[in-house]
Amino acid sequence: MTKSMMIVGVGGQGSLLASRLVGAVLGECGYEVKLSEVHGMSQRGGSVVTYVKYGDEVHSPLVDFGEADYIISFELLEAARYLPYLKPGGKIVTSTQVIYPMPVITGAMDYPQELVNKLQARADVTAVDALALAEQAGSPKAANVVLMGVLSAATDISEEVWQKALEKTVPPKFLALNKTAFALGRAAGKG
Amino acid sequence: MNKLMLGNQAVARGLYEAGCRFVSSYPGTPSTEITEEAAKYPEIYAEWAPNEKVAMESALGASIAGARSFCGIKHVGLNVAADPLYTASYTGVNGGMVIGVADDPGMHSSQNEQDSRHHAIASKVPMLEPSDSEECKEFTKLAFALSEEYDTPVILRTCTRVAHSQSAVELLDREEPALKPYEKNPQKYSMAPANAIKRHVVVEDRMAKLAAAAETSPLNRVEMGKTAIGFITSGTCYQYVRELFPKASVLKLGLVNPLPRQLFFDFREKVEKLWVIEEMDPIIETHVRALGIQVDGGKAQTGLLGELSQTRLAKAMGVTLPASKSLDEALPVRPPVLCPGCPHRGLFYTLKKLNLTVMGDIGCYTLGGMAPLGAMDTTICMGASIGALHGFTKMRPESNSKCVAVIGDSTFMHSGLTGIANIVYNKSFSTVLILDNSITGMTGHQQNPTTGLTLQEEETYPIKMEDVCRALGVPRVRIADPAKLDELEAAIKEELAAEEPSVIIVRRPCALLKYVKHKPPYHVDTDKCRSCRACMKIGCPAIRFEGGRASIDDTLCVGCGLCQQLCHFDAIQE
Repeated sequence: MTKSMMIVGVGGQGSLLASRLVGAVLGECGYEVKLSEVHGMSQRGGSVVTYVKYGDEVHSPLVDFGEADYIISFELLEAARYLPYLKPGGKIVTSTQVIYPMPVITGAMDYPQELVNKLQARADVTAVDALALAEQAGSPKAANVVLMGVLSAATDISEEVWQKALEKTVPPKFLALNKTAFALGRAAGKG
Repeated sequence: MNKLMLGNQAVARGLYEAGCRFVSSYPGTPSTEITEEAAKYPEIYAEWAPNEKVAMESALGASIAGARSFCGIKHVGLNVAADPLYTASYTGVNGGMVIGVADDPGMHSSQNEQDSRHHAIASKVPMLEPSDSEECKEFTKLAFALSEEYDTPVILRTCTRVAHSQSAVELLDREEPALKPYEKNPQKYSMAPANAIKRHVVVEDRMAKLAAAAETSPLNRVEMGKTAIGFITSGTCYQYVRELFPKASVLKLGLVNPLPRQLFFDFREKVEKLWVIEEMDPIIETHVRALGIQVDGGKAQTGLLGELSQTRLAKAMGVTLPASKSLDEALPVRPPVLCPGCPHRGLFYTLKKLNLTVMGDIGCYTLGGMAPLGAMDTTICMGASIGALHGFTKMRPESNSKCVAVIGDSTFMHSGLTGIANIVYNKSFSTVLILDNSITGMTGHQQNPTTGLTLQEEETYPIKMEDVCRALGVPRVRIADPAKLDELEAAIKEELAAEEPSVIIVRRPCALLKYVKHKPPYHVDTDKCRSCRACMKIGCPAIRFEGGRASIDDTLCVGCGLCQQLCHFDAIQE
């Protein structure tokens, strides 16, 4: 049985570290893992997505409409954008952070209102202020690891595996900070 | 030992294990990480060349010297290197030579969607196509073996989803093939007509032998399963076919040029219906149909545009799609933008303000064409801004004072020099702006000949573009700082008015470079803000309007101060 995750956000938010962490966790669990990232132009503030596939045997590295078991979003509008990729019964973990895209900045469109409510009306959604929790842990840059903490509470993978993966993927200098960020996220996820 | 690796990282591992000694490349998404990763192996000499043509010629030189060599580029880079490729096909190799080319179906980060297989066919060079990271590594090694066995360069073709996907790779030891002896052999390496005529015979003979070998090569694999539908496919498309039809019969091609013949006939006989699944152009399908083999599905269903996926394949084949939900409203798109603090922003604001016609080029600054900056008229290929400006102003001399070219530092060294020579030689009064942000930006910060550092960040001779332009005979060369809007505008106006060729080097390092110190975020004094939206004209992702007043997102602002220069009411403060 192959399972799928998508890690989505805005280019520059640190989704590549998150995907490395998830890859290490799933590898530790003994799954075959495929991750697919997009580099280049979209990393400059565009909508970015990392696909994660895992199971006994994985073929396509891509996740498409109606296939994702989990969507982890670093930004609210991006959670809404990728909702069609969620499998019925799938789960969304999203930060409530709002980053205006250029059509909103130029006034061509409005940023959609009430996104958390709209998402919750359609799916199982855990929305947390990951930025505030990251700042509480010591740096807004750790918002990605906060969200990994939230995700960890939604999966049946043991906390020990996540901790081990953190130690493997985060530079020692930032490990303590990221462990705090992870713990805050995990607590928020258990809510 | 198994390791999760990016396809590009796995190609680099293949280079290591194959005993490759020499890598020369030019960065281009999605190929860049091959060379960055190869540079981490001390056994491999790796470098960024100024462009793909030089890179491939250097790799050929290293091969002639007897070393296993590699050149890693993107699909459009292969056009630049097409000249050496087509004749390297004639000279063949000494040490094995592999050319890694990464296609970008769907154009995630490219200006066109070309299919590199055409180049393999036209240059008569074998091409291998891996479908995951393990194959990236193994096919790289096989490509070297094939190169030496058949005395030919070999192309290893990937696409975005193979290059930038991670999957498990088995790590093996490095072979250490000795440098092959170099023997002078102008009949083989000096392609004057008398020699080339004889080498062309060798090329045709080699391709015929390779086509025969394709019938039984382990690179091409038949996986028999259910026989209702059989698929012929290769590369990432193999993964989509397998995802959707785990039990179907599949002929998976690893050698995509030359293609086999009998293998197709044999496979066709074993299955009831035959589908050919490939991204971009119908190369395999056309070949199969030309053999007179009945094809029941292919490009007519999957189309010529963009990437495939298991879902696009399902749609093409009429398979039921999984259910999914969406919001009942149009969501604003999120295109890429110039970063907060990007030195290009001030320049494009000024070009728009002056209402100039702007011939653009390839790099981060292509984003200067997006709203609200919207200051770019053309984007063609590396270096095209200068040639396009020359042609445009020759036909519309009155536009000399209203038209500029913009080209980045790395792009200038790649393909800009000859354009400048043309402007000087053929006397156009063009104004060229070189946007020098001291790095190759879009592909993720690679050094280039102007930065004074090598791929390994060792110090080297920095090439000064102002000296180059002067040496090329440009009479007017000056430097301007895009962070100082008034000075920049005055400089552009002066050069546009001058009836001579001129170059302005618009110099300020990329805001993402580690040595660029960011200042504390600016903020808006809402009592002073008059909602004039002047600060919104620069399209900075850190500035938004809230409650009718401007506000600055302090998590995004890097304190570049550009917006402060635009505020008429002193509302934006440090």
